[in-house]
Amino acid sequence: MAKNLLLTVEDVSKTYDGFKAISDLTFYLFEGELRTVIGPNGAGKSTFFDLISGRAQPDRGKIMFGLEDDLTTMNEYEINRLGIGRKFQTPSVYGEHTVWDNLVLSLKGPRGVFSSLFRRLTSTDRDRIDEVLELIRLSGKRHWKAGQLAHGEKQWLEIGMLLAQEPKLLLVDEPAAGMTDEETHRTGELLLSLAGKHSLIVVEHDMTFVRQIARDGNVTVLHQGTVLCEGKFDAVQSNPKVREVYLGRGKSGR
Amino acid sequence: MISRTKLGLPFILGAGVLLALVLPLLNAHGVVSDFTLNLWGKYLCYALLAISVDLLWGYTGLLSLGQALFFSLGGYMIGMHLMLMIGDLGVYAQAGKNPHGLPDFMIFLGHTFLPSFWRPFYSFAFSVFMVLALPGLLASIFGYLAFRSRIKGVYFSILTQALTYGAALMFFRNDLLMGGNNGFTDFKRILGHPILSTETQRGLFVATAVALTFVVLGCRWLSGTKFGLVQRAIRDGENRVLFSGYASAHYKLFVFVLSSVIAAIGGALYVPQVGIINPSEMTPDKSLEAVVWVAVGGRGTLIGPVIGAVSVNALKSWATRAFPDLWLIIIGVLFIVVVLFLPGGIVSIPGRLAAFWSRFRKPEPEEQALPETASRNASADPVSRTS
Repeated sequence: MAKNLLLTVEDVSKTYDGFKAISDLTFYLFEGELRTVIGPNGAGKSTFFDLISGRAQPDRGKIMFGLEDDLTTMNEYEINRLGIGRKFQTPSVYGEHTVWDNLVLSLKGPRGVFSSLFRRLTSTDRDRIDEVLELIRLSGKRHWKAGQLAHGEKQWLEIGMLLAQEPKLLLVDEPAAGMTDEETHRTGELLLSLAGKHSLIVVEHDMTFVRQIARDGNVTVLHQGTVLCEGKFDAVQSNPKVREVYLGRGKSGR
Repeated sequence: MISRTKLGLPFILGAGVLLALVLPLLNAHGVVSDFTLNLWGKYLCYALLAISVDLLWGYTGLLSLGQALFFSLGGYMIGMHLMLMIGDLGVYAQAGKNPHGLPDFMIFLGHTFLPSFWRPFYSFAFSVFMVLALPGLLASIFGYLAFRSRIKGVYFSILTQALTYGAALMFFRNDLLMGGNNGFTDFKRILGHPILSTETQRGLFVATAVALTFVVLGCRWLSGTKFGLVQRAIRDGENRVLFSGYASAHYKLFVFVLSSVIAAIGGALYVPQVGIINPSEMTPDKSLEAVVWVAVGGRGTLIGPVIGAVSVNALKSWATRAFPDLWLIIIGVLFIVVVLFLPGGIVSIPGRLAAFWSRFRKPEPEEQALPETASRNASADPVSRTS
């Protein structure tokens, strides 16, 4: 498979108040890949996302998107405009806006102040929103305020908001948190269906879920801010180093 | 708490016509006294200030505690023109001691020539331009620095408070040549008309009512655009906005400048009707009062700040006469009561009553509402969803 490199992270380090959140991390992602990232608490998963999405800048190291865009010099909205969408761990939707308006705000398109004043929704835009609503199964609740949705539905709405942006890369932080088993499974199916067209990095704790979504792709295990090992789910799960890290912290890999 | 229900156009236009036409006509026929009309003119200017606070606080989540600064600056700009228009009616001029047509306070300070920055203010058009330009420029600079550094929340509030306090201290100084602590007063003419005449004051009232109507209409339009959506999204989740590709700082800057200009228009209409502007209008407590009006009226709504500004100031007019020593305590208690028991302000009362009434009439066992009705009703009160 001659796939193009989409994300390059090389020798990246980030220290917060003397605590090494990320140290000499190297990570590559190819176009269309669905990569699952696991690791015990404090392994640096969130910081890793912060560095890619522009919320934090690395102390040293290289983060490139494609071959040309240096992410370490950009801020959140510039990085987003390149086509990198991020889903937060706790669902972050606009609670006072309707589901529909949440998607209007996320729809791919101009983001400037003046276009926001004078641009109207086109019928293509509406169709696109309908499509996303269908996908995230919220068509019937389009006029609901996002704040009224159940937790799982908010998670889905946020995923929908990401999709409306038509990003090349999706950073998804614990999408199954707070979901029922059935919802979790459906979320997994959705993510799997996105792979190929989009590239995804999914951080997750729930091992059943990880097993589901890592069906075809690789799993990266982070530990103490660096990559402990990388490979297929089964290989990673039986890796003695991984077992030690999880067991050593009193956590079985389930 | 904050509803998205839009105020009907007929309502706004009707209220605008009522204010701009009916009240002045009643005044011309002696039904409404000059005093009352003038008082209402003042309230409507305050309503403009309240809208400016609400655009920032209620709609964008930026609690500015310094909006009275922009209100005062607008007032000062028109005040400079009015001072120059006193001309030969000034005290020194009447005594033949003012050959160069200076405002009296300058002669009192020992000046003989008009400072050059005062000269363009002979032109009414230039003064009106400055009413918009100076506050707009100050807001642009301050906003640019604050939002670029991502100053938000209580830090933003404190900075705006410090800004207005600093400006007040500056304007208290005589060597700024802006009238010192007495400010500007004793105006005589505006656009050639005697400023204190009933007709002029009635005209100023009409101008204020028209300005307020247009500002409300403009804000209504704004809240219906995608800009309005982004604005409220910043309020409810700025992170998501940033990570959705919006430069939230640009949006905040736009709102800050816009609301400052609205406040300045209010101030420019206020000064000729009240007849005085001095630095005490810039002291922090004035801006805080405006926040109370908005809270009492209902923030995040179009009509809330107008109702709040008018009702609290009407209460103030009465209370400062009836209980002069207790006024500050009254406004403090009012604020606390509203925050604790009526977070949606006065405008949320009808919705609350309706919710209470429907629950009282028909206690429904189960939530079986259509999504549409649910979302619409929930804006008033989550409990009312069952109706």
